[in-house]
Amino acid sequence: MVLQSVKNCLWLSCVLRTSKACFWSTATGGLIIQSVSNDVYQNLAVEDWIHDHMDLEKQQVLFLWRNSPAVVIGRHQNPWQECNLRLLRQKNIKLARRRSGGGTVYHDLGNINLTFFTTRKKYERMENLKLVVKALKALRPQLDVHVTDRYDILLDRQYKISGTAAKLGRTSAYHHCTLLCDADKFVLSSVLKSPYKGLKSNATPSVPASVKNLFEEDPSLTSEMLLDAITKEYATQHQINHHITLINPADETLLPGISNRAKELQTWEWVYGKTPKFSVSTCLNMAYKDSVLDVKVNMDVKHGRIEACNIDLPEQWLPPGLYSELLKSLTGSKFCPNETTTLVTTLLRVCPQDDELHSRWSLLCENMIMLM
Amino acid sequence: VCIHRARLCSSIRFIKSKYVCVFDKSALKFSHQQRLFRTSAVSCGQIVQFKLSDIGEGITEVTVKEWYIKEGDSVSQFDSICEVQSDKASVTITSRYDGVIRKLHYSIDDIAFVGKPLVDIEIDASKGVAPEEDVVETPPMSHEEHTHQEIKGHKTLATPAVRRLAMENNIKLSEVVGTGKDNRILKEDILNYLAKQTGAILPPSPKAEIVPPLRKTETVPAAPKDKARKIPVSVSRPIAFSGKDKTEPVTGFQKAMVKTMSAALKIPHFGYCDEIDLTQLVRLREELKPLAELRGVKLSFMPFFIKAASLGLLQYPILNASLDENCQNITYKASHNIGVAMDTEQGLIVPNVKNVQICSVFDIAVELNRLQSLGSAGQLGTSDLTGGTFTLSNIGTIGGTYAKPVILPPEVAIGALGKIQVLPRFNGKGEVFKAQIMNVSWSADHRIIDGATMARFSNLWKSFLENPASMLLDLK
Repeated sequence: MVLQSVKNCLWLSCVLRTSKACFWSTATGGLIIQSVSNDVYQNLAVEDWIHDHMDLEKQQVLFLWRNSPAVVIGRHQNPWQECNLRLLRQKNIKLARRRSGGGTVYHDLGNINLTFFTTRKKYERMENLKLVVKALKALRPQLDVHVTDRYDILLDRQYKISGTAAKLGRTSAYHHCTLLCDADKFVLSSVLKSPYKGLKSNATPSVPASVKNLFEEDPSLTSEMLLDAITKEYATQHQINHHITLINPADETLLPGISNRAKELQTWEWVYGKTPKFSVSTCLNMAYKDSVLDVKVNMDVKHGRIEACNIDLPEQWLPPGLYSELLKSLTGSKFCPNETTTLVTTLLRVCPQDDELHSRWSLLCENMIMLM
Repeated sequence: VCIHRARLCSSIRFIKSKYVCVFDKSALKFSHQQRLFRTSAVSCGQIVQFKLSDIGEGITEVTVKEWYIKEGDSVSQFDSICEVQSDKASVTITSRYDGVIRKLHYSIDDIAFVGKPLVDIEIDASKGVAPEEDVVETPPMSHEEHTHQEIKGHKTLATPAVRRLAMENNIKLSEVVGTGKDNRILKEDILNYLAKQTGAILPPSPKAEIVPPLRKTETVPAAPKDKARKIPVSVSRPIAFSGKDKTEPVTGFQKAMVKTMSAALKIPHFGYCDEIDLTQLVRLREELKPLAELRGVKLSFMPFFIKAASLGLLQYPILNASLDENCQNITYKASHNIGVAMDTEQGLIVPNVKNVQICSVFDIAVELNRLQSLGSAGQLGTSDLTGGTFTLSNIGTIGGTYAKPVILPPEVAIGALGKIQVLPRFNGKGEVFKAQIMNVSWSADHRIIDGATMARFSNLWKSFLENPASMLLDLK
């Protein structure tokens, strides 16, 4: 550990002595850094860290990053409304909530993320996006790309290849955007389709759009070429060397406190608990024996937890004691399939051992869990 | 970030109210005990309307998405007040003043206007109109015998919260090196000063009010320095301990535990323990492990323990039974659904392997792998977690020898397995040899199971494991 930090320090001091474009230096007007990690939480943590710690007065920063498959929702969004959580769990695709506003995006290695860090006063999204378009056109003049007034970049006037979001703090701000190069469109469309019905909320909704990959338009393009073009344009505009510094988001010495930030972004309280209050109002169609039961369910969910719950079952379908135990258990617990499964299976241990009862219970609980 | 914020706010809130009390001469009459956190009783400051400042890009209105404070809370300059959203941008609004929040002008999801009041803050009267810069140190305060002075002619810059922290720790601000703008003293500076005094290593502080711009570091990173300071020096000054008890409701997994264990309490438990020589089994598993791996399965000891238990249950079916609520009837379960206690991030769960009586050791291993990966991913289904008839808990993987496991209703027996230790034992010839010893602790429902039954079952189970070849005779 000590050796590692000494090594870093030596490397840092070498860089300081020999190169103008070096970490955290106030000597130049800009800094271009690229993450070596594909972990969405670590990369989001780097954004947080730079936003909170760096003095962007004399030096603006461009941060480049890519993630392994993940769905990223905006600060004030509802993940149940935005994506197919069941599919995400099955496919092991991560879910992250970023601190900036805006809508939901799907990231994989075929998508490049660009973050422009400036002081709050110099916050200018249009300029940044125009820079990207200028770079793309310089690389491939025949590309029909332009920036809309919703801060999207469209290809051929119809396909979205980039979406934008931003975060403003007291003294600093950042604007980040995606760039679709070669993402898996099939997975993208299937995970961004929510199967959950009956959700009512004031969370920011996403605006769906047809997307296209840049590489579909021009197969000769590669990520390296794109990054090169964009960083060259940035370097020119900021009058700095065209030099990309690699950054390791796990480096606690360079970024003190970074691993705690990454950990916080992964907690249930942040990812799910920050969902604005919403309600679920739906009807379960349960096929039982020879008939189909319509069971109305109403739930209020606040901070990701069930605040109130009502299930409209036929009278005596379940013993009243067990029914009230179920509602009592659900109230206050997370709107989460895992937690609900644990609770309902536990309740089964302490009720009469009756096959008929067990099958009704299982049927009801399976249906309830599907809502989450 | 906002969680950290809230905690920081709450500790400062306490500091704040006492501080306000001291400054106001009339409040000196109040004893400290009477002072409440929310100073609604004494309103000594003027109310200032904090307006929503310009967001940029010509934006005139935003939506209020989250409040970080509520009416009555104390805030310090630069504390986060709320989060607003405008057209894909999320903005954190921070306070310009120190004071107490008196009114929120908007609710969640309301539209707020730039230039219009966002919150009303009551500023401390003695400071007059809220300053935008920090409070400069004033002549000595009449606060007990505490002296907290400035060096003549030298002004030290620090926010009231920082001053309070210094005062509580008997620190002279003049002795602290300020690292903020204009040599302003920050909270970190006080903490670092304290650390130097006591030789303690302090954890990195949560987000401070003013974060100094990160300069290019010629300084050596923190780690080596801290190591040198590890030896604690006897503390001469009392350090402020800001730890607080935390109360939270019992939910989720813990709620489930409470229910299960409360029900288990009704069962009269008795225990029976023994020691098993696993020397032969260890050898056997070493041979079979690579074969299982070729088939894509991780083979642990559990499949053997589980299968041996099932073979034992065939001879002693009462251990695989259930007693009804009124203790009127015993139901002998046909299936051996053997539960395996699993420790996950959220807590204890007990999925079960169904119908072990018709499974081979390999089948059990496959099923265990499946349950383990689902368990760690938090994706076990209801069928995996219900229908258990008998449970084994391999607590030995974490540690321990003997245990006193609790029966999981509606079952009537449970076994806890300790760790495998290499111990000296005597063989038939009276020679000492190296044995692989594991301890087992059984608990059973004494209403329908007696000690003799448990002992005989345990002996049978033990014989299968001590001599694995004997299992071959009974495999179906």
